[in-house]
Amino acid sequence: MATFLEMSDISKRFGGVHALRGVDFTLEVGEVHCLVGENGSGKSTLIKIISGVEAAEPGGRIAISGKEYPKLNPVYSTHCGIQVIYQDLSLFPNLTVAENIAMAHHLGGLHSVNWASMRATAKTTMARIGVEFDPDAKVSELSIAGRQLIAICRALAADAKLLIMDEPTASLTRHEVNALIALVRELKRAGICVVFVSHRLDEVLEIAERVTVLRDGAKVGTFAADTIDGGKLSHLMTGKSFEYQVQAPELAAGPVVLEVKGLGRQGEYEDVSLQLRAGEVVGLTGLLGSGRTELALSLFGMKPPDRGTILLDGQPIALRTNAEAIDRGIAYVSEDRLTLGLILNQSVTANVTLTVLERLAGAFGLIAAGARQSHVARWVSELGIKVSNPANAVKTLSGGNQQRVVLAKWMATSPRVLILDSPTVGVDISAKDGIYEIIRRLARDGVAVLMISDEIPEVLYHSHRVLVMREGRLTTDVAAAATSEDALRQAVNA
Amino acid sequence: MPESRIASFGRFRRSHEFWLLMVILGLCASLGFANAQFLTVQNLFDLLTSYAFVGVLALGLLVVLIAGGIDISFTATASVAQYVTLSLANAYGANWISVFAIAIGIGGALGGLNAIFIQKLRIPSIIVSVATLNIFYGLLIFFTGGKYIYSLPDWFATGIFWFEFEWGKDSSYGINLQILALALAFLVTWLLLNRTNIGRQIYAMGGNADAAQRLGFHIFGLNILVYCYMGVMAGIASLIQAQLAQSVAPTVLVGKELDVVAAVVLGGASLMGGVGTVLGTFLGLTLLAVLQNGIILLGVSSYWSPFFVGLVILISVSATAWSQRERRTRSARR
Ligand SMILES: Nc1ncnc2c1ncn2[C@@H]1O[C@H](COP(=O)(O)OP(=O)(O)OP(=O)(O)O)[C@@H](O)[C@H]1O
Ligand SMILES: [Mg+2]
Repeated sequence: MATFLEMSDISKRFGGVHALRGVDFTLEVGEVHCLVGENGSGKSTLIKIISGVEAAEPGGRIAISGKEYPKLNPVYSTHCGIQVIYQDLSLFPNLTVAENIAMAHHLGGLHSVNWASMRATAKTTMARIGVEFDPDAKVSELSIAGRQLIAICRALAADAKLLIMDEPTASLTRHEVNALIALVRELKRAGICVVFVSHRLDEVLEIAERVTVLRDGAKVGTFAADTIDGGKLSHLMTGKSFEYQVQAPELAAGPVVLEVKGLGRQGEYEDVSLQLRAGEVVGLTGLLGSGRTELALSLFGMKPPDRGTILLDGQPIALRTNAEAIDRGIAYVSEDRLTLGLILNQSVTANVTLTVLERLAGAFGLIAAGARQSHVARWVSELGIKVSNPANAVKTLSGGNQQRVVLAKWMATSPRVLILDSPTVGVDISAKDGIYEIIRRLARDGVAVLMISDEIPEVLYHSHRVLVMREGRLTTDVAAAATSEDALRQAVNA
Repeated sequence: MPESRIASFGRFRRSHEFWLLMVILGLCASLGFANAQFLTVQNLFDLLTSYAFVGVLALGLLVVLIAGGIDISFTATASVAQYVTLSLANAYGANWISVFAIAIGIGGALGGLNAIFIQKLRIPSIIVSVATLNIFYGLLIFFTGGKYIYSLPDWFATGIFWFEFEWGKDSSYGINLQILALALAFLVTWLLLNRTNIGRQIYAMGGNADAAQRLGFHIFGLNILVYCYMGVMAGIASLIQAQLAQSVAPTVLVGKELDVVAAVVLGGASLMGGVGTVLGTFLGLTLLAVLQNGIILLGVSSYWSPFFVGLVILISVSATAWSQRERRTRSARR
C-alpha cells in the first residue's frame, strides 16, 4: 500500500502548554484511521497541523504523497486533497447549502460565480452520499446532523483524498451515527482515506483499521484495530483500567421534589407523568425526536407546556422562562453545550462563576477575588478541567474541556433539580467517570437528577430508575435494577 | 423550473425585504392619499437626487457590515476627499475623470488605513473608525479653518443632465450626476456581492471568520478590499454631494453617519456580519427617504424626523427578530 501522509517528530506548544511532543504519524492510501486520546491530549492540534492551520515547531517533517512540505498552509493542504471537518463543522450558516458545498468555486483570484454550476455540484455531491437538501436553503436552518452531512459534502466536492473528521459523532444520535459509519465505509471503497476522532470507543473499534493513541501530547502507539479491544484502548489512553459496571448509587430517595402530571406540548410530547425524588438519579433515553429534549426544556421553562401541571414540592408552578426555573433551583445543561453554554472569548473563571456571582458577593455586593479564585479552583480540580491558568479564554481549551466548564457552571449553582442532557458526549473516559462520580455525590446530597442520554449503558448503570420516551410518549418507567440493556434497547427502538 | 420559482417566491415572502416592501408600499399609498405632491414624478426625481449621497455611502457600509466589520469614519473621509479634490481642481484645473480619480484615490487610501489598523493591530473596527473619524475630521478643520469653498469650476457646477424630458408644464427631468452615481453604485455593489467569488467570500467571512481562515481565504486582503470600497464610495459620495450643494462644506457631512447606518440596518443588514443584501439596502434607503420626505410633506415639524426614523428602525428590527424566533421554534418542532 502506498503512503499518503507521513509526519515525523511533530511538536507544538501554545505558550507554556506542550500540546504535541515529537509525534510520528502515517496514513496509508484508502485506510480508515482513528485517533483517540483523553481530552486535551492533542488530537485536534495534530489535525490542525495536518491541515496547515497551525504550524508545527521547527524540526518536524510532513510529507504528502511523498512530497515534503516544510511550510504547510491551508491552501497547499487543500490542494493535496486534505479536507477537515472540524469539531465546530466550520460551515457558513448565513450561506446556502449549495454555496457551502461548492465553496471551492469561491477560491482563487477574482472571477464571476456561477450559481447554476454551484447548485449542480451540490446536487451531484449530495447524490453521491445519498442525501437530499434544498440547495437554496440556508445552512442555519438545518439540524446538527444535516449540517454534518453538508460538511462532508463540502469535503467531497473539494475532491478530498483524505477526509479528517474531528468528533463527528459527538452531537449525533445513535441512528445518525450508524448512517455516518456506513458512509465512511462507502468513502473507503471510493479510495478516500479517513481519519476519525471519537471518544466512543465502540465506534472506533467498529470502523477503524488502525488506531493511533495519544496521551498528553505524546504518541503511545499505532495499533491494528483487530488486535485491541475497548478495555485495552482505554488503558492505553489513560494508563488506568475502567470497567462498565453497575454503579447503582445507594438509593437514599427522599420526598418527591418535582412531579409532572399529564404534561403535553402540541406536536412534541403528550401525556407525560413522572416524579423525581430528592437523591434519585433518573435516566431518560429515546431516539431523536422522541420528545425527550423538548420535555427537558419544558421543565426548564424554555418551552412552556400546553397541557398538564408541573408540581415543585407538591405546589403547582408555572414556568414561563428559564430565569424562573433557575430561581426555583432547576438547572439544565443543554445538549448543544458548545454553542449555548459558553462565552468562548472569556476566561474559564468568568464562565464558571457566571451563574453564582450573587453567592460569591461579599461586603457591599462586591466580589472578592479570593472567593472567586477558590471557587474556580475547586471546580477545575473536581471536574479535572485541563487548563494551565483559569484566566485563559475558554476557546483555547480542547473540546472536551470546554464541556467540563459548562458542567461546572451549572453544578456550581447547587440546584435542587439538575437536568443533564447528554452529559458525557465528547468527554473522555476518565472524565466520564469523574462526571458520574459527581452525579452520585450530588444525589447523595439530595439533588434530584434527570440524566438524558443516547447511550443505554450510561442510563442503565448510573441511574436508579430509567425512563424511555418514544414518539412523544413516556413508554417505560422502570427501576434500573429490574431491567437490562437489551430490554431497554427494545423499548427505545420498538 | 416553475417549481423552484415558487419555492424562491416562498422564501422571498418570508424575508425581511418582503416586509419592508409592504411597509413602503403602504406608506407610499397613504402619503399619496394625504398629499398629492408625494406621488409625482418631480418628487421621485428630487428624492433620488437628494438621497444619492446617503445611498452611495450606504452601499459602502453594507459591504463592511457583511464582512463583519463596521466603519463610521466615512463622513470624515468624504469631507477630506471633497475638500482636497475640489481645491486641487480649482488650483490646477481638472475634468470629470480626474476629479473622480482623485476623490476615489483619497477615499480608498483612507479606507485602507482603517483596514490596516483593524487587521494588523487587531483593534475592533468600531474603535478604529471612531478614532479615524476624529483624526481625519480634526486635521481637515485644522488646515482649512472650516472655511467653505463656494467657487467651483464651471463645468462642475453645471453638472450633467442626460435624457432630458418634459413632464407637465415647464418642468424638465433627466438623469443627473447624483442619480447616475447612485445607479452605478447599486449596480457595481450588486455585481460585487452576488456575481463575484470575492463578494461571496466577503459573505462567508462575515458569517464565520474562523472557518474562512481555515479554508485559506485571504482574510487580510478581503478586509483591505472591503474598507477601501467603503472609502471609494465615500469619495464618490463627496463629489455628488458637493455638486448638488454647489459648495464644499467641510463641516456639514460629519454627523450624517446615522442616516447611513439607519438605511443599511433598516435594510436588514446585521451588525453581527454575514447578513445583508443590496435589495434590502435599496428598500431601507427608500423607506428612510419616504419617511423623512413624508414628514415634511405632511407639514410635521422636521424636528420629529429623527424620532420617527428611530421608531421605524426599532419596529422593523423587532419584527424581524420576532419572525425569526417564530420560525426557529417552528423548525425546532419538526
Ligand atoms: N490556541 C490555543 N491556545 C492555547 N492552548 C491551546 C490552544 N489550542 C489548544 N491548546 C491546548 O493544547 C492542548 C491540546 O488540545 P487539543 O484541542 O488538541 O486536544 P484534543 O485532544 O482535541 O481534546 P478533546 O478531546 O477535548 O477535543 C490542550 O491542553 C489545549 O488547552
Ligand atoms: Mg478536540
